[in-house]
Amino acid sequence: MASAVKPRVKVPKSAAAGDVITIKTLISHKMESGLRKDKQGNPIPRQIINRFTCDFNGQNVIDITLEPAISTNPYIQFSAKVPEAGEFVFKWFDDDGSVYEERKTIAVA
Amino acid sequence: MEFTRRETLAIGAGAAALAVLPIRGMASVDEEIADFTGGAEVVEGGVTLTAPEIAENGNTVPISFDAPGAVAVRIIATGNPSPKVATVNFGPLAGNQSCALRIRLARTQDVLAIAKMADGSFKSAKVAVKVTIGGCGG
Repeated sequence: MASAVKPRVKVPKSAAAGDVITIKTLISHKMESGLRKDKQGNPIPRQIINRFTCDFNGQNVIDITLEPAISTNPYIQFSAKVPEAGEFVFKWFDDDGSVYEERKTIAVA
Repeated sequence: MEFTRRETLAIGAGAAALAVLPIRGMASVDEEIADFTGGAEVVEGGVTLTAPEIAENGNTVPISFDAPGAVAVRIIATGNPSPKVATVNFGPLAGNQSCALRIRLARTQDVLAIAKMADGSFKSAKVAVKVTIGGCGG
């Protein structure tokens, strides 16, 4: 597991049923592209987050395949429909096999 | 050292193959598009791709797109060593077909967004971005 990987997610606390909300996510990750070389000229092995998914109550919202051309500390902003109160599950899949997970609940006003 | 006619021809063919290789490297943009569309025709328009005209730092270029009616969108940076940037698949609960990301651009180039529509057709948008400092290391 890469050191100091911290997911951050911003979701409104409540919404009206059927509302479309904006979700902002950021995860601290160096996203090593595999193209850079160290001081000795050896290539630094690739280590990136290769997939991001967001689900709401078991239904998929978005599923993104990320490539090395995504910046350090990947920031993703998208929107979701909220049909009922429930829980968002965000998952980031690292090249080394680890999965970083974050959950956010939302109430329907 | 003397070459026979046959050897000379072989060397010539090898040199020609080497000369063609860089051109094939450029063609990988088309390969990425074909990989996503399966060879289907791509119509320009119907997708909004927003990117800065001038990006001072190629390491983080904020881009966003809006593709109403799309089921999936692929972002391609035509001038990057590996042109594929991201593939976004929208699920049943996606609020609208838009998304914002921060990407790396190696040099001044065109950024493409290709959207796969629900009816199986493909639409695209292209934006030229000037990059002051490239963002792919090296």
